[in-house]
Amino acid sequence: MNLHAIGVVYRKELTEWLRDRRTLISSVLVPLLAFPLLISGIFALANVLVGKAQNEVPKVMIIDGSNSPQLVEDLNKSKEVTIVPYAPNWKDQISNKEIRAAVQVPQGFQAALIEGQSPVVQIYFYEGELKSSFGRDHLKKAIEDYRDSVVKNRLSAKDLPASILTPFEIKQENVAPPEKVSGAGVGGFIGYAVILLCLTGAMYPAIDLTAGEKERGTIETVLSSPVSRLDLVIGKYLLVFSASLVSAILSVTSMGTSFAILGHSHLMTNSEGAQSLNLNLGFVSVVAVFFMALPLACLFSAVLMTIASFAKTYKEAQSYLTPLTFLVVIPAIASIMPGVELTPKLALIPVLNTSLVCKEIITGTYHWGSIVMIFLSTCVYAAAALFLAVKMFQREEVLFRS
Amino acid sequence: MIDTRGLVKVFQDKKRGPIRAVDNVTFTCKAGQIYGLLGANGAGKTTTLRMLATILEPTDGTALICGHDIIDEPELVRRNVGFLSTATALYPRLTSQEMVEYFGRLNGLDETTLQKRRDDIFNRLGMNSFRDRRCDKLSTGMKQKTSIARTLIHDPQVMIFDEPTLGLDIMTARTIIDFIRECRQRGKTVIFSTHVMSEVEKLCDVIGIIQSGKLLAEGSLADLRDRHHQQDLEEIFVQVVSPYQTTEA
Repeated sequence: MNLHAIGVVYRKELTEWLRDRRTLISSVLVPLLAFPLLISGIFALANVLVGKAQNEVPKVMIIDGSNSPQLVEDLNKSKEVTIVPYAPNWKDQISNKEIRAAVQVPQGFQAALIEGQSPVVQIYFYEGELKSSFGRDHLKKAIEDYRDSVVKNRLSAKDLPASILTPFEIKQENVAPPEKVSGAGVGGFIGYAVILLCLTGAMYPAIDLTAGEKERGTIETVLSSPVSRLDLVIGKYLLVFSASLVSAILSVTSMGTSFAILGHSHLMTNSEGAQSLNLNLGFVSVVAVFFMALPLACLFSAVLMTIASFAKTYKEAQSYLTPLTFLVVIPAIASIMPGVELTPKLALIPVLNTSLVCKEIITGTYHWGSIVMIFLSTCVYAAAALFLAVKMFQREEVLFRS
Repeated sequence: MIDTRGLVKVFQDKKRGPIRAVDNVTFTCKAGQIYGLLGANGAGKTTTLRMLATILEPTDGTALICGHDIIDEPELVRRNVGFLSTATALYPRLTSQEMVEYFGRLNGLDETTLQKRRDDIFNRLGMNSFRDRRCDKLSTGMKQKTSIARTLIHDPQVMIFDEPTLGLDIMTARTIIDFIRECRQRGKTVIFSTHVMSEVEKLCDVIGIIQSGKLLAEGSLADLRDRHHQQDLEEIFVQVVSPYQTTEA
């Protein structure tokens, strides 16, 4: 192995890479912008939609409430709902989003209450429609307030205190550190995103440096120079690895910055569930995720180069590599699934193991045995894939496939 | 000097089985000589030259280039060879100068020698006006000059040209032909493959006629004319290859 020759090949590939708009977009621009755009976009959209739905005073309808004036009066007094006159097509009106919900008060409801029976009040709404759900909630709260007042009146009539219904209180408090709370919510997603960006960052350089070189006819030019094929592959591999690494660094940095900014922005403080997503990604976690992504970037670079070098053209290489994306995405997604935990067996499955360990790292849990096993096993897979890539480049039928 | 000894190249084809692309080819090309390998498409010219340039490995036989064996010392062989063909393209995102420098460095030249040689070649070929222009922005003629500069940067003793004028316009082809002549004048060993008879007549000291991977006839133009009682090289070529031509359905 000639380090000087490898350096010459690497520098040349780097120069070309930095001048290639296509690969720069996939390796630099996408990882840099994906997180801020995705995160701020999702939160901004959710904030706007949920806020708008929450602020709306929903129109609701009362069905058959004529002989229950007390409940109807209470509902009419409520500022959280607007009662509209009864119409027989109330179901259609809910479906067409003209009203948000309807409540059916049974005949003789008030009389039944006085007799001590338990009549049923039915609420109708549009399942899955956000504004209708808010309408249902407001309506339910107004009816519950009325029910509480009935209970209160009954107790006072019997000269009993209201506390008789609540002999003791239940309080709950989170004791897990904030980073664990936030990590449990988004830890899996972060690992998944870093892995996917490592792959896409390496994909286009890998195609360009192998199939692209064949398609342009430069492979014969460089093979006629004294550089050995081993040095040539290593030089190229280092560039693909660098591209993957740049993607990993940029995505981790962009992710950390995005969450830090988001944590202090009004978007988080306004939205529901903000507490669980109040992210505290420590510097150590970010470095650890990056460290775990290193051998995976090695593995991706070698596998992508091996497969792409078999193709004759850029397009052919893309069609070979598309199924590989699914192979990577499936275990990465599996790690996000609730209940999928890191076990010694899963620690040997590439991609899934890194995704799972990243999830743990984000929550501040460091199982050193698993971390070492995952790091080393991924290194072994990467070395095997690199060996294959070198072998592929030494095969004439691969380089000059016709 | 090029000394080939029973070169054989067999390709495996899934449908057709083993294909003998080059079959026991033996010839010698001396320094200061141009050897023309004349053959139809698919005759085995490119495969022979790719083996001499160590891009492909022979199935059998070998060749010595400047005393180095193409199988045992491929890297030393490549240090002594300049290989140019229409298939040897340029890196589109490198400038003309970067392209030439890259190959100089791959050939192990130190920076001082590299700069001196680069400037000499750029002056000689009139390349200074486009030295900083990216290769994908060059005209065909500029690209050919850059390719020539790339093959010359390490001052090789042996030049291998595989159909270098294929698809080029007259003026660009003329630049290449002049360059091949210049190589002979500088005492380099030149091997040149083509199927253009006029180029062979103009340039070659020794002509080898190749068909179906076999070297069927060899000699100077005068020798071949005497041997085949024909003045026209095209007629000589047809006479030689006709018995070996395979007809495909």
